[in-house]
Amino acid sequence: MSEPTLEPSSEGRPRSVWLRFVPLAVALIIGAFLLVGLGLRPKEIPSAMIGKAVPVFDLPALPGRPKGLKTADLKGQVSLVNVFASWCVSCRAEHPLFMKLKGEGILPVHGVNYKDEGPAAVEWLRRHGDPYDRIGSDLKGRVGIDWGVYGVPETFLINAEGRIVCKHIGPVMEADLRDKLLPAIKSLRQARAAQC
Amino acid sequence: MPVLRRLVFVLCIFGPIAPAWAVAVDTPLDDPLLEARARAIHKQLRCLVCQNQSIEDSNAGLARDLRILVRDRISAGDSDAAAIGYIVERYGDWVLLQPPVKGRTVLLWLGPMLFLLLAVVLILRWYRRRSGVTATAAAAPLSVDEQARLKALLDDREQS
Repeated sequence: MSEPTLEPSSEGRPRSVWLRFVPLAVALIIGAFLLVGLGLRPKEIPSAMIGKAVPVFDLPALPGRPKGLKTADLKGQVSLVNVFASWCVSCRAEHPLFMKLKGEGILPVHGVNYKDEGPAAVEWLRRHGDPYDRIGSDLKGRVGIDWGVYGVPETFLINAEGRIVCKHIGPVMEADLRDKLLPAIKSLRQARAAQC
Repeated sequence: MPVLRRLVFVLCIFGPIAPAWAVAVDTPLDDPLLEARARAIHKQLRCLVCQNQSIEDSNAGLARDLRILVRDRISAGDSDAAAIGYIVERYGDWVLLQPPVKGRTVLLWLGPMLFLLLAVVLILRWYRRRSGVTATAAAAPLSVDEQARLKALLDDREQS
């Protein structure tokens, strides 16, 4: 006695052909989001400091070194500020590049020695070379917070007016220097706006 | 179940001290009211290193520095908003676990409600259509005669 019941939708109400494409459309939309998400770097938090003046700070020098680092030192010419520490492994990866920058005399590189111990930092510089013009010793990391630093290494490009042009998170590699930093430095030198 | 009982025992011993570890490294403020305010702010700020924890929950070095910074601002007389603003100025809206409602974040805030609304509308439509069908079916059950006709029709269609 179990007769098959009629499907009401198949006969009485013709469904739009387009409905069958809905799953495909949904899959494409989700796929597009995932594709974009693949290219994002959630570890790199956008800096709130870009375009702002360098924070007001005055850091003492490392033991046995004459020059500390303060706000006024960053005015007058384009410079890089590299946040580093002797305990930071990836700082060693980028270090040769800063040595090269110094050797070629492209621009002054200043260091912020972040939450390090003075003697350890001095020893580290003796072993790996010292590319820095000035180094400020930020023992407690408070100045680092003022710069919006959340990991080491970070590198800031500062224009001649002492404003932060951009920030590189993580070690600066050859390609970063070539494709991001050097072009930006070049346009800053020609007094053009730059971003990187 | 001796194993389960032992596990419960261990949890009872160590469970309560787990939250104590989180604050063991910090020196709380002397004034309990100020400390409570600082702790409330800690819970709203996102740790930049571990990203999905508040600085209250995180044991990253920077999270600890930020906890101390918030305590300093609070005891220096900052309002809660000023203390949070101090950190937002340096790290952006990103540090807020609850993002502010802005032009850019409207979709983020309203999105879930829009989807809920859409779901309710679709479900209502589907439900209405379905209940309409069952109502007509229930109103007119097929007689023996009609079922025979239906069967004949179906057989006829299968043959063609």
